[in-house]
Amino acid sequence: MFGPLVCKPGASRNNRTGSWRMESRPKFLKKDCIACNMCLLICPEACISGQGKNNYDADFDYCKGCGNCAWICPKKDIEMVKEGHNPTGVGLPTPIKEGPKSK
Amino acid sequence: MKTLFNSGHTACAGCGQSMAARLVIDAAGPNTIVVNNTGCLEVFSTKFPESAWGVPWIHSLFENAAAVASGVESALTYLGKKDSINVIAQGGDGSTADIGLQALSGMLERGHDILYVCYDNEAYMNTGVQRSGLTPFDTNTSTSPAGKQSTGNIRPKKPMPEIANAHGIPYVATASTAFPQDIQRKVKKALSIKGPKYMQIHVPCPLGWRSDTNLTTLVARLAVETGLYPLIEFENGVLTARRQISPLKPVEEYLKTQGRFKHLLNKPEELKKIQEIADSNIKKYGLKVSEVTPPTAGSGGT
Ligand SMILES: Cc1ncc(C[n+]2csc(CCOP(=O)(O)OP(=O)(O)O)c2C)c(N)n1
Ligand code: SF4
Ligand code: SF4
Ligand SMILES: [Mg+2]
Repeated sequence: MFGPLVCKPGASRNNRTGSWRMESRPKFLKKDCIACNMCLLICPEACISGQGKNNYDADFDYCKGCGNCAWICPKKDIEMVKEGHNPTGVGLPTPIKEGPKSK
Repeated sequence: MKTLFNSGHTACAGCGQSMAARLVIDAAGPNTIVVNNTGCLEVFSTKFPESAWGVPWIHSLFENAAAVASGVESALTYLGKKDSINVIAQGGDGSTADIGLQALSGMLERGHDILYVCYDNEAYMNTGVQRSGLTPFDTNTSTSPAGKQSTGNIRPKKPMPEIANAHGIPYVATASTAFPQDIQRKVKKALSIKGPKYMQIHVPCPLGWRSDTNLTTLVARLAVETGLYPLIEFENGVLTARRQISPLKPVEEYLKTQGRFKHLLNKPEELKKIQEIADSNIKKYGLKVSEVTPPTAGSGGT
């Protein structure tokens, strides 16, 4: 390889790591959330978004099911649930249709 | 979420280094150039043709991020742009404390306006968990295997924050994945100071430490709460802040969360040696909360 290789910023988003999930996924119960933001701050996949109480969600295109969000939630308002058979495909990584997109 | 370290990277599930790297770059902001040593972070964030980074990011070799960043900083200074652009050099513990120590020392000595961040997962993880200068005493790694003849790594952790501090630089800090806001505060503080800065962040590696993927922040927290990973800040050579702990926990509580220390749990003489390391940190940095009179029962508390 001679010379620099250059990539589009944030093009990793084309890589849907949600397919890595093995056993479980987080379920945001949205009952006792106090919007402390801790789950969003520590999610290693940067795949949690939300603002305000009972309003956080994970993007299952990227969530690897590590369980750290559920562990850190001070209100136990995130629960890890069995991944299981998923006939509707809801939450499964969406196939990539378009080419590399930047943010 | 809006971030400069995007989803889709290929770190193991629950990787502490991927948590910390995002916290660091999001605290630094978009006007930042990052130079990365070889290691897990470099590999998992830039699987060609993809990149997780939303800022200019350069990788050259295993050991030379500090040297390349020195060049980047000098060029920005020459162009008169240094005041508006942050330069961060970063890498794992092996690249920082072993093979890249010379490049880092040169960067600190020459006084470049760069923040160096060491992601300390306490071994060469990307090549299969070999011991580094920052691997703790008695750790089972692939090059310090525990067995009949050995209880693991024979050397204590190299005192990198002290080594950086000995260069007479304006800011040195340690941080932990267990305290995300504290990481971001320290990055912002470091970047507000001109000159070379060194930060070392304790980042659990579920694969190499053989810990549960969901316990990354717990494992990191226990390292702090046992005194094995002191959180300290030096400004111009003086210890200006440390996280005091109450109650201090026995080292077993930390060790038992990880397979890399499993061989120690039925060896009281080894546990004693590790407790002594924690005790000496606690004494050296004043980590114990000074005795305060507890509130009398029924008085309504604090
Ligand atoms: C000169 C050189 N020697 C060895 C290697 C192989 N190598 C690549 S990454 C790595 C380990 C990195 O360890 P560390 O710096 O602790 O980062 P980690 O992967 O643990 O995050 C090694 C030995 C290399 N790339 N270049
Ligand atoms: S399980 Fe892990 S990857 Fe998934 S949302 Fe929670 S913290 Fe993020
Ligand atoms: S081996 Fe360790 S440091 Fe490397 S990506 Fe996996 S968890 Fe992170
Ligand atoms: Mg390492």
